[in-house]
Amino acid sequence: MAQAFTKAMARNIFYGGTGFFFLVLLALTFQTHQEWPELDNRQAINDVVTLGKQVWEDNNCVGCHSLLGEGAYFAPELGNVYLRFGESTDAIKGFIASRPAEGIPGRRSMPQFNLSEEELTAIAEFLKYVAGINTAGWPPNIKG
Amino acid sequence: MKYESQKVAKLYFIAAIGLFVGQILFGLIMGMQYVVGDFLFPEIPFNVARMVHTNLLIVWLLFGFMGASYYLVPEEAETELFAPWLAYLMFWIFLAAGAATVLAYLLVPYATLAEVTMNHLLPTMGREFLEQPTITKIGIVIVVLAFLFNIGMTILKGRKTVVSLVLLMGLTGLAVFFLFAFYNPTNLVMDKYYWWWVVHMWVEGVWELILGAILAFILIKTTGVDREVIEKWLYIIIAMTLITGIIGMGHHYYWIGTPEFWQWWGSIFSALEPIPFFMMTVYAFNMVNRRRRNHPNKVAVLWALGTAVMAFLGAGVWGFLHTLAPVNYYTHGTQITAAHGHMAFYGAYVMIVLGMISYSMPLMRGRELCNSARSQTIEMWSFWLMTVSMVFITLFLTAAGILQVYLQRFSDNPMDFMVVQDKIALFYWLREITGLIFLIGLIVYIASFFVGQDEPEATVEPLK
Repeated sequence: MAQAFTKAMARNIFYGGTGFFFLVLLALTFQTHQEWPELDNRQAINDVVTLGKQVWEDNNCVGCHSLLGEGAYFAPELGNVYLRFGESTDAIKGFIASRPAEGIPGRRSMPQFNLSEEELTAIAEFLKYVAGINTAGWPPNIKG
Repeated sequence: MKYESQKVAKLYFIAAIGLFVGQILFGLIMGMQYVVGDFLFPEIPFNVARMVHTNLLIVWLLFGFMGASYYLVPEEAETELFAPWLAYLMFWIFLAAGAATVLAYLLVPYATLAEVTMNHLLPTMGREFLEQPTITKIGIVIVVLAFLFNIGMTILKGRKTVVSLVLLMGLTGLAVFFLFAFYNPTNLVMDKYYWWWVVHMWVEGVWELILGAILAFILIKTTGVDREVIEKWLYIIIAMTLITGIIGMGHHYYWIGTPEFWQWWGSIFSALEPIPFFMMTVYAFNMVNRRRRNHPNKVAVLWALGTAVMAFLGAGVWGFLHTLAPVNYYTHGTQITAAHGHMAFYGAYVMIVLGMISYSMPLMRGRELCNSARSQTIEMWSFWLMTVSMVFITLFLTAAGILQVYLQRFSDNPMDFMVVQDKIALFYWLREITGLIFLIGLIVYIASFFVGQDEPEATVEPLK
């Protein structure tokens, strides 16, 4: 680097640039919060959905599945599973409840989590809530 | 080694390497489960193996960063560590907490772990990379705060250099942004938004400051280039890192229920994120070419150059590959992401920690400057085995990802997820075989610590 460019200048660019763009981030975050009520399907959140998210987390579902594209890539995307299962929470519940405890020879298989009826309903309602989030048209198709 | 207390780093590095082995073994288990779906089922389900794989990575890198700091800071500050006993105490607490958490993942169902650790009081579990029980998370905060205190006090009482200052900023940022792990609203969109303040701000933000500081230290030591020059580069690299990386976080905000303006902000700024990595490559080679001395620890220099190149490829190039919103629309949440993640972590963080170990471990074990020629040769073999196999792991995952995107999302007749997984299994097999070669590389790496110990140190021709 040219001698005219000093260490002090580099340091100032670091502090100034970091400070400035962190403020930009805060501004964009503020704007994001403003727009969320239109996007994040918060009106669908209730006690059942809250329990559903807890079931989702307590069983580490994200350790195999992705949800809105984030998580593991071992099992199907679930952000739109409610739509893929014909908008049926019963279909979701039935699928989870019927997983064989010993798996399927040679194949990937979801574990049997022995969820209660209440938990099954909650996780299905949670996934229904997630399907209502405005994701800017993602995923490209129903396959997730 | 100039200060006795630098030696605490040794323990941290040994633990780091041990956990690294565990990480790779569980990576191989997962890789196997990708092709033989019922492998170890239901004893070790995929999600458990993945948790162990990723959490061990994070913990061993933290051990590595801490060890690097304990070695680097006293030397930079020209004083003994503020409280070596605290460093030892925190080491055992961190190791015990880490081991207990990993064992719990393996021995009890995750839901039971959540229940036993009373996750409902302050739910933080069950989110990617933040799977640790809340009590473990609190433990991490305590350990990191004690560590920061120790490092901060050492810097305060000694010489303040740019290298240790940048390191301290990186470590402080690490601690601060981790606090977002405790924020977990039911609103999934808000949960995800702030989850990234831990994950993105760590790996695409403050960790790069830590990487930059450690790399600068190794370059100062091994090239003898004037500190002023290296510090100027360091500042400008980390400036570019944060100028591009802070708003670059927007590339995670395309499809998770966030406003669409993020597609513009995220695409533009994250497209610039390769710049600091490119600069880092240019700088590392420049410093080595302008060296004032030939350092006999050639393998440490190899790791330093290697990390610059591989971080640029893995984080820079493979990140850019899928960072633009119109591309990411198709690649989001596919094996493309996995490909990028593997090479980026290896290039940026694994290699810098191994580089620091390579530089400092011989000194902590009583050598003047470096290991014997034979030991270094073995370590260079491990460098190439691990690095080349990671390149191929990345290429195979990229191939799998491209096929996955096409078959599942792009073609006229999109197929089901599991149908596609079967069709791309060949590449998963290739990845698994390459993973075995990586493991061999790691074994060779460990062997390098035991080979040629009774032989004299390697020497080099002085620079003419």
